[in-house]
Amino acid sequence: MSIDKKITEDLVAAKIGFVTTVPCKQLAGVIDEIDRHPDIFHIPSNKEDEGMGLCAGAWMGGTRPAIIMQNTAIGVTINTLATLIQYYRMPLPMLISYRGELREPVACQVEMAVHTKALLAELKIPTYHFHKQSDADELPNILDYTFMCNKPVAILTDANFWGGYGDQ
Amino acid sequence: MIRSEILKEIAPILRDQLVICNIGIPSQELHAIDDQPTNFYMLGTMGLASSIGLGLALVQKKPVIVIDGDGSVLTNLGTLPTIANNVAPNYILLIIDNGSYGSTGDQPTYAGRKTSLAKMAEAAGCERVIECRAEETGQVLQEALDAGEMTVIVSKCESGNAKMPVITMDPVVIRDRFMKAVEA
Ligand SMILES: [Mg+2]
Repeated sequence: MSIDKKITEDLVAAKIGFVTTVPCKQLAGVIDEIDRHPDIFHIPSNKEDEGMGLCAGAWMGGTRPAIIMQNTAIGVTINTLATLIQYYRMPLPMLISYRGELREPVACQVEMAVHTKALLAELKIPTYHFHKQSDADELPNILDYTFMCNKPVAILTDANFWGGYGDQ
Repeated sequence: MIRSEILKEIAPILRDQLVICNIGIPSQELHAIDDQPTNFYMLGTMGLASSIGLGLALVQKKPVIVIDGDGSVLTNLGTLPTIANNVAPNYILLIIDNGSYGSTGDQPTYAGRKTSLAKMAEAAGCERVIECRAEETGQVLQEALDAGEMTVIVSKCESGNAKMPVITMDPVVIRDRFMKAVEA
């Protein structure tokens, strides 16, 4: 099974039925799988804070949500994480493309990469970092944990996890 | 008519519906006029009421009314294409457009100048968009509920706020009783 399909099946197994995405090259395959899956309502959002609002509503309506985004979005969504997701105590798995790590070809991506873990730590957001494909074996446990504690949880997935960028 | 007068007038229509209410004075006013477990008050996060309401409308069948403001819609304009392209027939976005940022001291918004939020909603692809005068809001809102079609209402009113107390209810209590009301 491809890693894209495995991640999607793990989301479905965790009863996640509502996924919002902001695109990323690394996440393109998993976004395709999610879009095709009959048990997931896929709703692309224009910005990550908007996506978190959609997820908050879906969860209050009784459907488990998830958001898929780049790590640059941590810079966009700090207020939303603090004053919506954390303040009202809502669960939100965040599958994050960790741009700007090893094998990254675009220098500017490093500028947010160096802040990513520090910002998540400052927000007291439980954070997991997938570097090798076997790290994804933890995903079902991470999803259970998220809906057990009603917190946003970050899953950072770097270029090495996704197999790099072709010749990079 | 100012926003609090509209809210007073439409309170009997809102009472039995799921309502997501915008941050700041709009939530304080609705809370003071007619607090209900079916009301979700935003205490922070400007701009996301319309998105929360859409997420809620898409996963369950009860009607959802979002009470938003012109300033808050302007801060999350990406919401309009998302609403238009993910049609929830049980979703009503009521934008109370007073042409100002009411909660921060009535500074003018662009919606009070050259920008038409109704035309922007139409351009985004929303199919049922109604701009009305403040006095017509109740009637237009009731018609939208009866139509059972996704509707964006832009109610043009005067700028101004009623003096209401800050909401001191714990956010988790607001959220928990709201979720129970959704499920009921
Ligand atoms: Mg306003």
